[in-house]
Amino acid sequence: MEILMSIVVGVLFTSAVYLILSKSLLRVIIGTALLSHGAHLLLLTMSGLKTGDAPVLMDGVTSYTDPLPQALVLTAIVISFGVTAFFLVLAFRAYQELGTDNMEEMKGNDSND
Amino acid sequence: MSLLHLAILLPFIAAVFVPFLFKGFRSIHTGWFVLLVPLALFIYFIQYMPVTSSGQTVSQTFEWIPSLGINFTAYVDGLGLLFALLITGIGSLVVLYSIYYLAKEKEALGNFYVYLLMFMGAMLGLVLSDNMIVLYMFWEFTSISSFLLIGYWYDKERSRYGAQKSMLITVFGGLSMLGGIVLLYIMGGTFSIRELIGMSGDLMTEPLFLFAMILILLGAFTKSAQFPFHVWLPDAMEAPTPVSAYLHSATMVKAGIYLVARMSPVFAESGVWLWLVAGFGIFTLFWGSFNAVKQTDLKGILAFSTISQLGLIMSLLGLGAAALHFDTLDENMYMTATIAAVFHLINHATFKGALFMMAGIVDHETGTRDIRKLGGLVNLMPITFTIAIIGSFSMAGLPPFNGFLSKEMFLTGMISVFELDLFNLNTWGILFPVLAWVASVFTFIYSIMLVFKTFLGKPQFDKLPKKPHEAPIGMLISPLVLVSLVIIFGFFPNLLSNSMIKPAVEAILPSLTDAGQEVYVDIYFWHGFQPELFMTLGIILTGTLMYATLAKWQGIYNRIPERFTINGVYDRGLDKSESGSFKLNEVVMTGYMRSYLIYIFAFFVAILLSTMGIRDAFAVDTSNLAEIRIYEVALALVLIAGAITILFAKSRLTSIVLLGVVGYSVALFFVFFRAPDLALTQLVIETVSVALFLLCFYHLPEISRKEERMKFKMGNAVISVLVGVTVTLIGIASFSNSQAFESISQYHIDNVYELAAGGNMVNVILVDFRGFDTLFEICVLGVAALGIYAMVNFRGVRRQKR
Repeated sequence: MEILMSIVVGVLFTSAVYLILSKSLLRVIIGTALLSHGAHLLLLTMSGLKTGDAPVLMDGVTSYTDPLPQALVLTAIVISFGVTAFFLVLAFRAYQELGTDNMEEMKGNDSND
Repeated sequence: MSLLHLAILLPFIAAVFVPFLFKGFRSIHTGWFVLLVPLALFIYFIQYMPVTSSGQTVSQTFEWIPSLGINFTAYVDGLGLLFALLITGIGSLVVLYSIYYLAKEKEALGNFYVYLLMFMGAMLGLVLSDNMIVLYMFWEFTSISSFLLIGYWYDKERSRYGAQKSMLITVFGGLSMLGGIVLLYIMGGTFSIRELIGMSGDLMTEPLFLFAMILILLGAFTKSAQFPFHVWLPDAMEAPTPVSAYLHSATMVKAGIYLVARMSPVFAESGVWLWLVAGFGIFTLFWGSFNAVKQTDLKGILAFSTISQLGLIMSLLGLGAAALHFDTLDENMYMTATIAAVFHLINHATFKGALFMMAGIVDHETGTRDIRKLGGLVNLMPITFTIAIIGSFSMAGLPPFNGFLSKEMFLTGMISVFELDLFNLNTWGILFPVLAWVASVFTFIYSIMLVFKTFLGKPQFDKLPKKPHEAPIGMLISPLVLVSLVIIFGFFPNLLSNSMIKPAVEAILPSLTDAGQEVYVDIYFWHGFQPELFMTLGIILTGTLMYATLAKWQGIYNRIPERFTINGVYDRGLDKSESGSFKLNEVVMTGYMRSYLIYIFAFFVAILLSTMGIRDAFAVDTSNLAEIRIYEVALALVLIAGAITILFAKSRLTSIVLLGVVGYSVALFFVFFRAPDLALTQLVIETVSVALFLLCFYHLPEISRKEERMKFKMGNAVISVLVGVTVTLIGIASFSNSQAFESISQYHIDNVYELAAGGNMVNVILVDFRGFDTLFEICVLGVAALGIYAMVNFRGVRRQKR
């Protein structure tokens, strides 16, 4: 399962990087969202999958899944959500101000380096 | 802090008060106050003369940074005292001269004397420091103050160019020297020069010895304007003439000479030292004198002559190192080379200072320094002419002046190279006397040129900007004092021999004198019909002939095209390095985010994959894998399909929806992997995120809404696949190696109820065990919310302008 998940993560990273390298700002942000999905899955995978029950205390259960990576991923999800939301609004404002969402056009010109 | 330290720091302290004196006493020339400082110091240092001439030294330590072994140890021996007397003595004369040279109404005298005092203090500290870090500090002080003095008339373009050039070259050398000092510290474990001298034998065998030597020599050669670093000195002539006389003839350019002399006991046993110092010196001697003849500016001639004379002293110091390879001093003719070096050092300071002052007087009284416009001044300026003729003849090495004596000793030293059976000198050594002789001929020519073209010949006063007349007496005092020294040292050289030269030579070659032998310094005019006498006669004859036919052969100077001169190389090098770094910047810093991301990802892939390859880190361990069920495979396929379809999505709406598909699949994976809290959070957040994306999509401007498929770019594809592969490989490899340590999670599982009174382990970790993470995660959300609010509500300047 872990090898399969590693491949899934690899695919997520591939698409994420490809999108981040593209011209449209919206696609760049979609890319970052995919990248964070990949990172979250990788975090969870690396601690070993399905080694026990869900990490909620219950009578008669001796083996639980590792709770620590889950806590880390939870934090990461919230943070990446905050950042993504900020970026989205930033992109939205950039459209409003600059009238474009093309990364190539957002370079500025040589006079205002 | 002893009196000696105070004496060294006195110029710095005095410099603080100069602006107040300049502003407070407008009617009195500030120079008069400043004059007291070098004068007092000169008198103070004279007192050390009996101490050093009896072979003793004075050492005072003031702790500065004792934990690093950096202490301000003032150390007075023959060599240091000789330089201290030169600095303060010529310093007094230069200050006196500058009082008459610089008008108090027109010039920013406050600046001038602050810089000059700063320089004087730096120079004193340099020659009287035993600690190399302190020496380096003063060394850079001289570079800085010299920079300020060259650029004194900062509204002139040439001044700024000269100042920048000298700064770049001398600071390059200074930094190299610092490298050499650090290497010496690594080898010897001390910054003290005296302690290093004590262990010079051990240092010889160290592998870093040669590097330290070359780095230190780079410092000395750049400061003392040795070939090919001499290019800054002619351009430094844009400084006021008192500065040229002081810094660029008598003191600062001799800092490199001082360093070579001071470090001789450490390095001189090595043959490389002899070859480098003597070789570069002799070539500089030749090159400087050769180029001096083509100059048309009085100070230009003097600058190249300084370069050439510094080369002479340097070559003598290099050759003097040969003395270390002989046991007895009685028959040791290489001792003569060191004696000649010290003697010529004094002589050069006297006559070159006088000549610069002479050039300044001529400039001051006629308005030009161009020898093509000057001529026939002898009747109008008899005193200046006398100064010029004494100084020039001494420089040319004519009797009865002191230059003759040192030139004779120099030739003796150069001839003795023949008999030296060391380091292949008996073969290539022939170059030394030959170059020395040729250079002396050129020296003779430009010395004659200097006097004859300025003072004799046809008067052409109509070309001069001013009507020439003799200089005021105050301006003549200093050069007159210097030329009288030229004559006194010429007739009574032994005045110096025991008081100044002997202790200095003993300081340069301590290992010889420590053995109980005494240096015997006796300088005399007549030594019979020796080869050097015939060489001198030959120099005079050939020089006269060549001067008479100067017009015929001067054309050879135009044969060398500008781009092949050292100056051309320097200028083009500076140009090329500027345009080159600009071009590199243009290429690398494109301004497109995509290029920077490509750099980042390319390095990520290259570094990680190569590390994995080199360390052979890839491993697959299948023993701990969780089992795979069919619906998990199906979900994985859905996720992969979603992620890849986004790439080919034709519209933005499709890609947003597909992103949602990926997010919900991830949530489902969280369910499969028994992470209920994660699944819940992921579901909610994915929903909100998709809503936000749709919001952005809705607000797209019309032009961009033209929904086009992204152009397929091969480079992007390669990079992204490589990144994906790298991540997959690292994932597999690190999971396979993850059994090295036990997880700490068991602690959380065991204590979740006992310590924290909770059942949901993830939540307990978030708010109890690791509550700080959560606190700041809340902060992140708060900041994001505030940021979004601000972005939406606050409109910047751009909007208001529209």
